[in-house]
Order: sequence, then structure tokens, then C-alpha cells
Amino acid sequence: MKYLKLKATTFLIAASLASPLAAQEAGGRLDIVVQPEPPGLMLGLIQNGPTQLVAGDIYESLLRYDSDLNPMPSLAKSWEISEDGLTYTFQLTEGVKWHDGEPFTADDVVFSADVFLRETHARLRASLAYVESITAPDPMTVVFKLKEPFGPFINAFENGTMPIVPKHIYEGTDFANNPANATPIGTGPFKFDEWVKGSHIHLVKNEDYYVDGLPYLDEVFYRVIPDAAARAVAFETGEVDVLPGGSVENWDIPRLAEMDGVCVTEKGWEFLAPLSWMWLNNREGPTANEKFRQAVMYAMDREFMKDVVWNGYGKVATGPIASSTNFYSDDVTIYDHNPDKAKELLAEMGYDGEPVSILPLPYGETWQRWAEAVRQNLSEVGINVEIDSADVAGWNEKTSQWDYDMAFTYLYQYGDPALGVSRNYTADRIKKGSPWNNVEGYENPSLDEKWAAAATMVTPAEREAAYLEIQKEIVDDVPVAWMQELTFPTIYRCNVNDLVTTAIGINDGPRNAWIEK
Amino acid sequence: MWKRFRSNMGAMIGVVMLIAVIVIALIAPLLFPDGPWQMVQRPFLAPFAVDGLPLGTDTLGRNVAAQLAYGAQVSLLVGLVSTLVALLIGVPLGALAGFYGGYADEGAMRFTEFFQTIPNFALAIVLVAIFEPTLFSITLAIAIVSWPPVARLVRAEVMSVRTREFVDAARLAGLSKPRILIQQVLPNTVSPIIVMASLMVATAILLESSLSFLGLGDPNAMSWGYMIGAARTVIRTSWWLSFFPGIAIVITVLALNLIGEGLNDAFNPHLSRKGKA
Repeated sequence: MKYLKLKATTFLIAASLASPLAAQEAGGRLDIVVQPEPPGLMLGLIQNGPTQLVAGDIYESLLRYDSDLNPMPSLAKSWEISEDGLTYTFQLTEGVKWHDGEPFTADDVVFSADVFLRETHARLRASLAYVESITAPDPMTVVFKLKEPFGPFINAFENGTMPIVPKHIYEGTDFANNPANATPIGTGPFKFDEWVKGSHIHLVKNEDYYVDGLPYLDEVFYRVIPDAAARAVAFETGEVDVLPGGSVENWDIPRLAEMDGVCVTEKGWEFLAPLSWMWLNNREGPTANEKFRQAVMYAMDREFMKDVVWNGYGKVATGPIASSTNFYSDDVTIYDHNPDKAKELLAEMGYDGEPVSILPLPYGETWQRWAEAVRQNLSEVGINVEIDSADVAGWNEKTSQWDYDMAFTYLYQYGDPALGVSRNYTADRIKKGSPWNNVEGYENPSLDEKWAAAATMVTPAEREAAYLEIQKEIVDDVPVAWMQELTFPTIYRCNVNDLVTTAIGINDGPRNAWIEK
Repeated sequence: MWKRFRSNMGAMIGVVMLIAVIVIALIAPLLFPDGPWQMVQRPFLAPFAVDGLPLGTDTLGRNVAAQLAYGAQVSLLVGLVSTLVALLIGVPLGALAGFYGGYADEGAMRFTEFFQTIPNFALAIVLVAIFEPTLFSITLAIAIVSWPPVARLVRAEVMSVRTREFVDAARLAGLSKPRILIQQVLPNTVSPIIVMASLMVATAILLESSLSFLGLGDPNAMSWGYMIGAARTVIRTSWWLSFFPGIAIVITVLALNLIGEGLNDAFNPHLSRKGKA
């Protein structure tokens, strides 16, 4: 059980920055691959993967999260949640300065959350809908008042979710077209220095960083190398030190991992917790039949696929919630590889051999192989199945227009079922034209109510019980075919220490990283 | 003619190789009744590492030998059908242009040139990308990029044949123009068309392989190009995955080229190069 260690009573966590033991060596530079090149570095405007990777060193939020998703101090040194779950009070860290020398205050937080991000950040806006007011009673205190309890709100203070932006630069301007977006100013451990498009982004150490001794590194280069094979070669030749998850093909990982002095970690994805599944079209065709969907689950040898297609990285999913997300439970129906059971279910429903198609994600070899393995498993139990092909635009078109039988996808969970899970299964998230959320067309009104209730329960214990009930019920319905929890291993040189220490991995990794010489 | 062909060593070797490929393609379902996609063993097994898998297994543990055999079906099918379709477009167009001349010729040739100015492979990629990649669309795309040379060849042949005396004789005997074209002229252009067709099959197989290599193959048909494309990323660790389909393509294309050359020599003994009878 890994829900947040929030107690029902008022509590206060003293600010205790993980004090470095010894032996950390200061200095040196780190070369990290960024793939693809980010469209911009203003984290308040753009929150895609590459931007979070680079801008995670420039901007900060109120909290950081360890790999069990427990909050840690960042711009806030301590915080308090009232007993009724409605008031969140943050005490800010003293002595924080923006990269341009201006002092950081509670006004910046109020401006960021209430004005800037409300306008620019759709995902945060959904959480802010629960917020009644954001105020700064004094320059070092920020208070969020909620309209009703919203448990996952404590997860909203992550850097990609609520990056704090400088009020003195953005107030009263056109945020998206502010020329300052090209030279981002944050409070983070590294300052923006230079961006040579198509080549690299250069960050330098923030000498005035408010944590003594941090960062250890003098500079960080984010290198743009467009071809996967070339990225692998750049790592082999020592040109880059870190390959973030997804920057090389899966089957290159074992080869690179075997090199001397190379380490691989699967950690650092606990917050995002990408979970992959196949949307099964609940509206029409054989996939509209629950027995067929269960048969699909039993027909697949997902362990084998994990071992072969993903080289053993990741974890077979048991249901809608990833095991690193809060309120996960495996106390549900487990779908093993059981072809006989699948055939039985198909016979019960009277499957007549109507062909179904699989639409793989157009993200390269791995996804294609994955679809081929699924097709083979399904055809072994007598399902007549073909692989459909589409490029990225075609995939978007087919899924958003519901023109598919089974379609691969994966989505992030952001630490809490109310943030990243329920959106895939509730009827209000069915929206033709969008390739996100409830694309499968699953409608279960009684479960919709349970999802909504679970989001606003006050205590974690209540929420846990509610989500257990939901998981048990939805896993039997199989609205989608859950495949596996993806992990995208980070490959790095072992002399780079403390690179992946938080739930968002290297997005804020260089803050604590140091190079052993 | 058959005698001349038979005496050509290269051509006979080509025939033997091609027959071998055809036989393998035909008996593939008997040799490997589970099909080419069955995951039979651990992935990345080297050739002969395990009994019964002489060519090893691929990234998903599928039998490379089975993939090769089923790939032969796809390659031959696409090669033959697309060539036939290209002939069906190119021969009539070239024949009409060459026989009637004038505006018909101008129109047909400008139309042909329009296709010839676009690089073959680029056009094929665009066509396959517009339609979804299926065996049908790939075959059609290859046919569409392959017919212009046929049209030009047939036009040239028809223009030279239509001025011969026997054509004049047929005209004097009162035969209609279409009849002269079909009964008198076209049969005399068959031999270069056959030579060209055999070479076109080879080109079509290469084109299909290239498309599949780029990931524009039919995802439900096992083809040699797909095998090489899928193996490209693991070429440093698993050479056999790209080596065997590569050899298969070389053998088939070489065989067709040898046969084409042999036919050419057999049809045109006077043009045959030195050293051959």
C-alpha cells in the first residue's frame, strides 16, 4: 500500500533537505541527450517531455516528490493541510532569488497558480477547478483554499504541473508572446545560457542557488541528436553521459548496459507512471462484447511480450492503476496467459470469426513488434485479426474518430487516480475528435459516481477503500486491454552519482548529481 | 530459340534458381504450417543454435526460415502481378501512340513523360503512403511507376514494325487499322517485351523490398524487405536477421536478370555479345 503518508490530523513536516553525506565532488559538466528538440523552454507554456527534461533544471515548483511520491521541500520549506482537507498552507523557503537577481516571494506563487497557469496549463486548470482562492497573507506564506476536499491536490505541486514563473517579468504581458520566453528565468539550480538550434542547449550553474553546495555540476549540455542509432554511438564514444528513457531503441539497451562503467536505472518514472493499453472499441464489433474483451486479456502472453518486446523492462499491468501510483491494488481478477479460457469465452459469446484490427502506435519498431506479438497470440485462440497501419496523423485521426477495433496507446497517471486514471474511464471524458482519455467509449454510470466520490474524499483511508472497489469492478469489465507499466530506462555513466533520486527522474536530476573523478 | 537459350549457361542457372524460389514459395504452407508469425523459440537464436531452426530466430523468436519461405510468396506475387499490370497499361498506350502517331502519339508521350520525370521510388512511396499499405496498394503503386518504359519501348517497336512491307500488304488487303495493329504489328514486338518484363519483375521485387524496408510494407504480409527493415536496428548483434533475406533478394533478382539476358540473347542472336554463340 503506497498512498501518501498523509494523516487525517493536521500535521507539519519540518523542512529537512536531504543533507549530503560526504564525498560529493563539485565541478564538471554533464552531457544529456534530449530527444526530440524541445519546441521551447518556458515550462509554464509548454509541458511536453523534452521541455520538462531541460526546463526542470531552470524552473521549480513548491514541492518535489521522492520515488514513493512523498512530498519533499523545494520552494516551500514546509506545508500543512487542514483537517477538513480544504486549506493548504505553504511556508516558502527563504533566500530564494530569480536568475535575474529579483527576490522570490509569495506573490510569484499566487501569480503563477492563479493567473499565469490558469490561462496556459490545461491539466493544472482541471485541478484548480477545486480551488476557491489562492492568497499570500505574508511574503513567505501561500494559502490554497479548496471548495471541496480533493485528495490528489497535494500532487499538483510538481514542477511539470505547477512551475513557478516570475511575476515581475510576466505580469500584464501576453504570456505566449513574451520575448522573455526565449531566455527563461527561473529559480532552479541551473541558469539558461545558450540554445544553438539543432545542436545543443547550454545551462550553467546557478551560483546563488539557495541550497548550500548545490548544484555540484558547473554546466549541463542538452544535446540534440536526431537519429536513435547516432545517439547510441554518441554514448558509446563518450560524447554524451546520459541517455534519458526512450532515446535509444530497446534492443540497444542491453548492449550499451554491458559496456564498462555504464549503469541503467528504471527509476524516475514513478510520478508519470506511463501505463500502456489497447483501447477496445466498446461501441461496435466483437470488442463491444465483454466476453470478447476478457478473451483478449486471457489470450495474450503479456509476460512474454514484456520480456521479448521490452527486453524485460516494465511490469505487466493488473488494471487501470499503475503500481507506483497511489491507491494501486492487485487484489483484482488477474488475467494470466490462458488460451483455453480465452477459447471458452469466445465460444460462449459465439464469436463468428468477424475480423478485428489492431492499430499500433506509430512510434517505431518496438510498438510494431508489440502489435505483431498480440496478433499472433490472438490468432492462436482463433480470433481473426489484422494489423492496421497508420502514421502519427493517421493514428490520431483513427482513434479520435473511433475508427478502430483495438488501438495501442499509453498515458501518464501523475501520481493519483483522480489526476491520470479516472479520465480514461468516465463517460464525461468521451469526446469525439480527441485521441485522449475515454476513447474506448466505456460507459458505466455507477462507476462514474464512484470515481467522482473517490476524488473528493477527505482521508486517504477512505479513498483507498473506494479505489479498491473501483479497481475490482472495472478489471472485470475490461474496458481496455491493459498491457504493461512502461519504464523507459535511463542509461548513464556510473561515475555520475545521484542522478535519479526523485519520482520525476532526470527532469530534476542534475540538481543533486555529481561526477566522481 | 529454346536451343539458343538452353545453351546459355547463365540463363539456365537463373532458371534453376528461380524454380527453386518458386518451389519454396509454393510449399511454404506445407513446410511451415504455423505461418511465418508464430513465435516458436527464444528470440535472437543464432543459426543452428537449436535443432530445427537452421536460420535462427528473429527479434520476437519467430523462425527465420519460415519467414524467408513466406517472404518468397509475397515477393514473387508482387513482382509478377505488378509487372502484369504495368504491361496492361504500357503496352496498349505505347502501341496506340506508335501506330497512330500524330496527336495520339503526342498526347500519350507527354503523359508518359509526366510520369518519367518523377523519380520512381519517390512516387511509389507517395502512392503507398496515400493509400494505406496493403499488398494491393503496393502492387498497384509499383505498377504505376513501372509502366512508362514499357510504353516507350512498345511505341518504338511498333513504329519500326508498322513501316515494314507485310504491314503495307495487310493494309492493301483491306484489313482495318485495329486488326493490323493487333494481328500483324503487336505479335512482332513480343520478344523485347518479354525480355523487359523479366527484368521488370526483378525491379518490382526490389521496389517492394525497399518499401517494406522503410516500413511501408503490408503489416500483415511477411516480406523480405520487412525482415531486413526489422533487423536493421540489431544488425550489430544479430547479423543473420538481415543476411538471409538479403541473400534471398540477391538470388531472386539475379536469377531474373540472368533469365532476362538469356532471353534477350536468344531473341536477338545477331546482337549477342562476343563470346556467346
